[in-house]
Amino acid sequence: MSSPARDRILERLQGAPRQEIPRPEAPPPLAAAPDRGARVARLKSLLEAMRAEVHVVPSPEWLPRLKDLLRTRSLQTLVYAPDTSIGAALRAAWEEDPSGLPALLPYDRPVEAFKETLFAADAAVTTAAGAVADAGAIILRPDAHEPRLMSLVPPLHIAVLAADAIYPSLGDALREGGWSADMPTNLILVSGPSKTADIELTLAFGVHGPKELVVLILE
Amino acid sequence: MATESFEKRADRALGDAQLRRNFAFAMGNFILKRQAVFSDAAETERLRALGSAIKQRALSRLPELLTQLEAACTRNGIRVHWAETTAVANRVVLEIIQSHAASRVVKGKSMVSEEMHLNAFLASHGIEAIETDLGEFIIQLNGETPSHIIVPAIHKNKAQIAKIFHEKVPGAPYTEEVAELNAIARRTLRRKFYEVGIGLSGVNFAVAETGTLCLVENEGNGRMCTTVPAVHIAVMGLEKVVEKLEDLPPLLRLLTGSATGQLVTTYVNLITSPRREGEKDGPREVHLVILDNGRSRIYQDPQLRRTLQCVRCGTCLNHCPVYTRIGGHAYGFVYPGPIGQILTPQVEGLEKAGELAFASSLCGACEEVCPVKIPITELLRRLRDESYSAAPDGGVPGRGCRQNLVERLAWKGWELLNTHPRLNRLATALLGRAGEYLPPGGPLERWMRYRSQPQFAPRSLHRRIQEEGIPDE
Amino acid sequence: MTPESAKPAKIYFFGTCLIDAFYPEAGLAAIRLIEREGVRVVFPPGQSCCGQPAYNSGFPDQARAVARQQLRIFRQDIPVVVPSGSCAGMMKHHYPALFAGTEEEASARALAGRVFEWSEFMVRVLGVRYEDRGAPLRVTWHSSCHALREMKVVEFSKQLLRQLGNVELAELARERECCGFGGTFSIKHPAISGALVNDKVDDIERTGAERVIGGDCGCLMNIAGAAGRRGLPFAEQHLAEFIWERIHGD
Repeated sequence: MSSPARDRILERLQGAPRQEIPRPEAPPPLAAAPDRGARVARLKSLLEAMRAEVHVVPSPEWLPRLKDLLRTRSLQTLVYAPDTSIGAALRAAWEEDPSGLPALLPYDRPVEAFKETLFAADAAVTTAAGAVADAGAIILRPDAHEPRLMSLVPPLHIAVLAADAIYPSLGDALREGGWSADMPTNLILVSGPSKTADIELTLAFGVHGPKELVVLILE
Repeated sequence: MATESFEKRADRALGDAQLRRNFAFAMGNFILKRQAVFSDAAETERLRALGSAIKQRALSRLPELLTQLEAACTRNGIRVHWAETTAVANRVVLEIIQSHAASRVVKGKSMVSEEMHLNAFLASHGIEAIETDLGEFIIQLNGETPSHIIVPAIHKNKAQIAKIFHEKVPGAPYTEEVAELNAIARRTLRRKFYEVGIGLSGVNFAVAETGTLCLVENEGNGRMCTTVPAVHIAVMGLEKVVEKLEDLPPLLRLLTGSATGQLVTTYVNLITSPRREGEKDGPREVHLVILDNGRSRIYQDPQLRRTLQCVRCGTCLNHCPVYTRIGGHAYGFVYPGPIGQILTPQVEGLEKAGELAFASSLCGACEEVCPVKIPITELLRRLRDESYSAAPDGGVPGRGCRQNLVERLAWKGWELLNTHPRLNRLATALLGRAGEYLPPGGPLERWMRYRSQPQFAPRSLHRRIQEEGIPDE
Repeated sequence: MTPESAKPAKIYFFGTCLIDAFYPEAGLAAIRLIEREGVRVVFPPGQSCCGQPAYNSGFPDQARAVARQQLRIFRQDIPVVVPSGSCAGMMKHHYPALFAGTEEEASARALAGRVFEWSEFMVRVLGVRYEDRGAPLRVTWHSSCHALREMKVVEFSKQLLRQLGNVELAELARERECCGFGGTFSIKHPAISGALVNDKVDDIERTGAERVIGGDCGCLMNIAGAAGRRGLPFAEQHLAEFIWERIHGD
């Protein structure tokens, strides 16, 4: 894709003195990768320090736990992604007993036909593709089934994370996940509810992103 | 912008007690936060060395990486535009907006867009640029420019912000409660995110390997601007390209730790393409505008090129004793603080902005903490040399513009005194005897504005050495 | 305190231009304290300035001319001890760059490798031990930016101070912040420099110290000038002169 501006800029850069600088050595890996228990604990601790609410539950119990925490909040609507495994599980669970629970809203059409609903929704529940223990962040990998705005627009975001998918560091996640070979449209790290310190450096939570983040870690 | 001299603006800032209090408080805070998150000195040094190496490596391959970035982005469906000047960049942005018959754009924080004076340009074409970062939102309401790279409204305290909101946001009550002020901003801007069809952002790092734009933020407004509208325009300086995805983890750790003392921002947003087939949201069009604006010229000089390593963390500002006392606006240009002092004279020329390179005691607090180890004091010295250099054209624009007879004679005199021992001893003897009678002009007058008269010793060390019989070989 | 390097028989002393003109007794004290440890101190009389003022002000040619003079004078392969972090830093860290690509480059590097800041030399090479014979006194310590960040010798200076049993060291709250001297910076930007030095003076006043001790006379002059202008009672003193006084019970 040639343009005169591009050519002139590149020509100037190419005409500058060359420096031979090798790629820096990757830092040596952590002496012993922390075990899963340590990773769960570190992730939980850092997320909570950033005001996320974290529940560590045995895998089979995640739905009852989700229902419990939804029942303690007065929510009208919960956006979910119908074409995911958790989506199917949610539908089944709601069919069984929807009492005291928000209505399930499937995000099953383009945002152009869903925007008003989405912006008025109280909460959304998504999977988390993984997490980074040493930074205290979950990894979201939205796709055709689980759209991007679910984890951003509603004031409450609930993320369901497999404990096995917690990496010690971002470098590990990147390497073991083979990210560079296949980057999705959008990949996000989330370390808590939205916040700002722009006013006198006073930390305040709940700005434009979700006001609340709940993470369910499934063991 | 810079119609008054830097000296006048600095003087005014120094006399503004509220400003000095606001900045002293904020910068002190930032220093502590950074210390807390980089508490292991050895580990921090390793990380900084790595960050420096990654950036220097990327710069060494800048044209190749930009070409690679463009190819990868294009493959991904991101449209790449090149702009040599800010005027061209503004036109590119305008044309994209006009092609969608839009009259508004929601903006995430972008220092490059400040460099472009984009908002004013768009306004002159009937397009409203709506700042959504809280700090930018505050200063936009008040018609001001940012005073810091990371926290644009840091020069304002709660009371000042409360007043601005109450006066400028329709229906907003007067409140100094931070939670309430945030709620007002959230409500006001949520409507804009919903309605506006074009979003604009900066870029923290652009990964050549994968054609990925990496953006970091805490508020969520950046994700809003880059996900809700149908069109996303990203603007970046051409020095922001990095080679590989694996370069991101250390750079992110350095940027975030240095900027706000956090381990990680609330959101790290990696954008690789517009909405793909089957996806339900995200922009249908993503544009990347690569801006030069003097960077390719800076690149020509291997020493000055190191200016381009900057990741815009703002920590040099936080640690600078000058910035802490005069605040960001006194610098008179978009980038304040030490980075502004080395970058601006190179972009704007020494005639217009060269005095910034002299407004430093060379204390080195900035380069001690720079996450990518830019040798800031070395570059300041280089710019000072350029200002007086009699060498023919080349180097920094405006080279030699400060040459003057008075200083040339003064330094020549200093050289003579210090290379002729007998002259030197004569001078110190004279000053020792009659130094207090020096006429109160020029340098002495400036020294004595804040200090009592210097006392020359009656007998110099050289003389005392002779008296005491200390050997000379 | 075991010395890290072997004690030399002979050393050069570089007095610095500020000590020459304003604080000669500090220079003498520094020399006497070295001689006291059995080291011969040589003071070549042709010495003048390290060149830093011109180097920092955009006049590298003049700086080089003056630095060249020092290169010629301090040519023997013996340590050069400098009672200033700033001047020591200039010689050690900047002479190689100043002479890069010239025929003096090797000579500059060689000199740079032999430079010690005074307190660094006293502690690391001579391993001195002092007994305080003075009356109780509260002092504070001023770290020059070069001593702190370039030469990294502040710990040596403080070790020496801490040896003095009757001296109470009250450290500054904002020790790492520049005092605003910066050579010609104090002349070119008087108001900003003035703000910095006044904050430093406030910080010193808050310690209740009777004296501010430092290793750099540029900073000391700057601080003393501002304190004097405000009629504040504390005095300034170079570390070497202070130690000489204390061990003699003056």
